[in-house]
Amino acid sequence: MTDLSATALEPEVAPRSTAEERWRALQTVSRGDAVYRLVLTVFALFLPLLLLAIAGDLVVGAWPAIAKFGPSFLVRSIWDPVNDQFGALPLIVGTLYSSFVALLIAVPLSLGTAIFLTEFAPRWLRTPVATMVELLAAVPSVIYGLWGIFVLIPLLRDHLWPIARPVLGHLPLFSGVFYGPSVLAAGVILAIMILPYIAAVSREILLAVPAAQREAGLALGGTRWETVWRVILPYGRAGIIGAVVLGLGRALGETMAVTMVIGNRHEVALSLLQPGYTIASAIANEFAEATSGVHRGTLFLIGLVLFLITVLVNALARFLVWRVARGSSVGSTAL
Amino acid sequence: MTKRIIGLLAVAAGTACFAGQARAQGTTSLTGSGSTFAYPLYSKWGLEYHRLHADVEVNYQANGSGAGIQQFTNRITDFGATDGPMTDAQIAAVSGNVIHLPTALGAVMPTYNIPGVTAQLKFTGEVLAGIYLGQITKWNDSRITALNPGVALPDQDIVVAHRSDGSGTTYIWSDYLSKMSPEWAQRVGKGTSINWPVGLGGPGNPGVANIVKQTPGAIGYVELIYAIQNHISYGLVQNSAGRFINASLETTTNAAAGAVAHLDPNTDFRLSITNPDGADAYPIASFTWILVPKTMTDMAKAQELVHYLWWALHDGQKYCNDLAYAPLPRRVVQLEEERLKSITVDGKPVLPSNYRGR
Repeated sequence: MTDLSATALEPEVAPRSTAEERWRALQTVSRGDAVYRLVLTVFALFLPLLLLAIAGDLVVGAWPAIAKFGPSFLVRSIWDPVNDQFGALPLIVGTLYSSFVALLIAVPLSLGTAIFLTEFAPRWLRTPVATMVELLAAVPSVIYGLWGIFVLIPLLRDHLWPIARPVLGHLPLFSGVFYGPSVLAAGVILAIMILPYIAAVSREILLAVPAAQREAGLALGGTRWETVWRVILPYGRAGIIGAVVLGLGRALGETMAVTMVIGNRHEVALSLLQPGYTIASAIANEFAEATSGVHRGTLFLIGLVLFLITVLVNALARFLVWRVARGSSVGSTAL
Repeated sequence: MTKRIIGLLAVAAGTACFAGQARAQGTTSLTGSGSTFAYPLYSKWGLEYHRLHADVEVNYQANGSGAGIQQFTNRITDFGATDGPMTDAQIAAVSGNVIHLPTALGAVMPTYNIPGVTAQLKFTGEVLAGIYLGQITKWNDSRITALNPGVALPDQDIVVAHRSDGSGTTYIWSDYLSKMSPEWAQRVGKGTSINWPVGLGGPGNPGVANIVKQTPGAIGYVELIYAIQNHISYGLVQNSAGRFINASLETTTNAAAGAVAHLDPNTDFRLSITNPDGADAYPIASFTWILVPKTMTDMAKAQELVHYLWWALHDGQKYCNDLAYAPLPRRVVQLEEERLKSITVDGKPVLPSNYRGR
């Protein structure tokens, strides 16, 4: 057998090259490898460097404001472009507040959608509904803003609020007169905008849960609900947290739709019905006409603050994922 | 593959060279940037001027007055455009090498939405300042009803709406309120964006107009052009002669004529024309300006720029009405002719002293 194949192959093999030639051939290949490697390294380094360059640019641009206000910038509430006095507290609070409201609405809705689509929906319904949810992500944000102005705000103010007022009106969270443009309106718009992201990623996560887990849950006598709540969701925890953070990141940075419905008021408001402001909206609104150096610097500075908030949120998410991943592995060994 | 790419590059390079040659053979390109308010007018001017003089292209980018001043200061553009004049500090930054040329006029008017009220309401500067300071909070406040006898104003909260973006419209509005109310001047002041005592912010004229339209009891301010094009109803405002004036292109031009009637001929044109003299002058009006250097270095380019501006201030004015800008009064154009003739390159005037247009 071996002999046969050897004799059969022998004529087809190229004339035996010298060791030197083979070494040279090998070197040409590895030169190509080197180029390939270099190109890939440059690509890989490009994005982190870009991130550093952006951060550096923000610091340089923000310098007039940093030098003038120092750390107190973060806790001051004044916003007076005429006298060059600025503070970021209302913007920071408004950004976090509206995004938090959005998460509060979007997380249950999108997780519910994902669970329904993977566990309960009849097969013929799954793909159309999933596609339509994902289509929500394709709607431009200015369209959401218009919808907010013409549909959502009148709906909230003229129809829902008169019903809810007797129940909620005395809570500080719903105090004050409700004119329409508000943190609540911004939160609802943001919730609709981030919903498709959280739903789509969560659905993928739940689909990736091995069938064995489901079968085991059911085999142990769990109902379908118990299996979802106590087996499937815990299995996908890390991924679902990732999905939520993805949505949060988008909510923090959203500009156009928010500025159209939030009322753009530089004031810390705890009531959901009062207007607020977010960092991204303030930059978009004021940058073109910011003529003084300090005003311009201030807009760079709040950009830097937003950058840091995003980094912190991502770090927190990584920490959570790490904790959860460790927790679940401990759990599985205990089982 | 590689050959094909090289071939494409060669073709591209060839076209680029060709385009470059064509350009070098005679087209002068004038670039300007700034005011979004004046954009429709300047782009129309650029188009019409290019039709008359095929060798001149005027490129105008509407990136906001602030950016316009910035790019003019850094000599990125040949001319700047702004809705608020440059400050002394900004003029110092270009070593005083700038001329403000008014090109057209804009006006700002109060618009409101009071359920059940269709009459055109009358306002004074004091009342508008009171509303925007948060001191007049109900539509049936005696200070409003006293101006509007016969109109049944409801006991409704006033919702104040203002621009959230930096804007020349806000500059004109706050400039007017500063003149009419010492308290406004002291507490708030004037600027393209200001520290609003009360109110909701909306982006752009449409943002403010939408808040007003959608919110019962709201009052806002919008530009004349926007109000005319979108058929928005607005209030009458009392002028310095005590008459309540309907904002229109004509009453806006009257405002400028009233303001410059007793003008120092050597003015730098950085003047506010809100609350001017004149029985038929609408009081909330302002110039919009083009910024050009007093001394330039490139004679060929300076000539094209100055000729273009001369044309804009004369023949160009006829496009104002169609686009709902108020044209400049005759007296302002006369003074500006002198400014254009004072522009020099290496100490030599760009225009002959007897220039009458070409």
